[in-house]
Amino acid sequence: MKLHGELRQFILDNYLLTRDDSSLGDSDSLTGRGILDSTGALELVMHLEERYGIKVLDDELHPDNLDSVEKIAAFVERKRA
Amino acid sequence: MALSWSVLELDPQAEADRICEGLRDSVARLLRKRGLVVAISGGVDSGVCAALAVRALGPERVLGLILPERESSAQSAERARSLVAQLGIESVEQDITPVLEALGCYRWRDEAVKRVLPGYGPGWRMKIALAGGLEGRINHFRLIAQAADGDSREVRLGLREYLEIVAATSFKQRVRKTLEYFHADRLNYAVVGTPNRLEYDQGFFVKNGDGAADIKPIAHLYKSQVYTLGAHLGLPAGIATALPTTDTYSLPQGQDELYFALPFREMDLALWALSHGIPAGQLAEALGTTEERARNIYRDIRAKRNATEYLHRRALLLGAVREVESVG
Repeated sequence: MKLHGELRQFILDNYLLTRDDSSLGDSDSLTGRGILDSTGALELVMHLEERYGIKVLDDELHPDNLDSVEKIAAFVERKRA
Repeated sequence: MALSWSVLELDPQAEADRICEGLRDSVARLLRKRGLVVAISGGVDSGVCAALAVRALGPERVLGLILPERESSAQSAERARSLVAQLGIESVEQDITPVLEALGCYRWRDEAVKRVLPGYGPGWRMKIALAGGLEGRINHFRLIAQAADGDSREVRLGLREYLEIVAATSFKQRVRKTLEYFHADRLNYAVVGTPNRLEYDQGFFVKNGDGAADIKPIAHLYKSQVYTLGAHLGLPAGIATALPTTDTYSLPQGQDELYFALPFREMDLALWALSHGIPAGQLAEALGTTEERARNIYRDIRAKRNATEYLHRRALLLGAVREVESVG
């Protein structure tokens, strides 16, 4: 759950510019809510690569991996396993 | 009912008459200007706009600008000159390379390219291309570079380099627009913006660059309709059939490669179909592709609309100024 919290905080701080934890649910669709566009996705990838030491491959730039806090956390855990 | 390509058919005579009437009325009554400035790139969109402006106001009230730089194609400028001659309008040609050099356009861009491709340097040519959307992935940009000896490289761009390359390259559109407004101001003319519907809808323009204008006479027309109009208006052959290129990067590049992901005719039909609530299955049938790919096309169009929505916004005010709110 620490990873979920970190990722949610990153999105709250950098995309929603808020400290209100209730404004983002872990399963909320980031593209569906208009939070993540293609530039935002690149920013997220850069953060994941720098913070968690993973390399995101071209084929992994997919909504299944990046479209919610839950999906990002699961993706990072898979990559680190 | 099957989706037909005929939805894109246009009566060019009626449409040209309608646009010309709109141009005359807008320039005189709404903009209160005496003529129009059109930057002529050598492509069909600006060619059609210039020809319509001449038809609407007469050649003596239209100024054509030809604004090449060291990476734009020499054939583009040549085609632009041929159109100026055919239309019989006054024109000004200015190479904007020194301005771009002074602003650091090439330097900023090349430094960003070198960070992702350390061997890049003099003699190399480059472009960027969008990838991912039609495969259902998230759109991202790739850098394609070619050395003088033909050695070619392709890498995915990270956030910082992507943003810096685009920001530096956008100097080109913004410098051109600065010159268009200089000439418009000195003549008391208005500036014509030349986007077609694909570019306008999908946000394929630079804010305060080619996106800035006083009037955009063909922004409602699909690209294939612009070609229809170009043929009707009798544009020189090289312009009437010019394929949509960006003419922005040092390697040759089609607009579909940089941004749209589909050739323009298919893109026209997809945009029409999505805007008219046509199910993805019918689009797939018309394009001869799979329903999954058609769904990805729709998703990609929506994603680009969403990502570029802010380009269409005027500056936001945080308090009402009702006295000027009604100005369109």
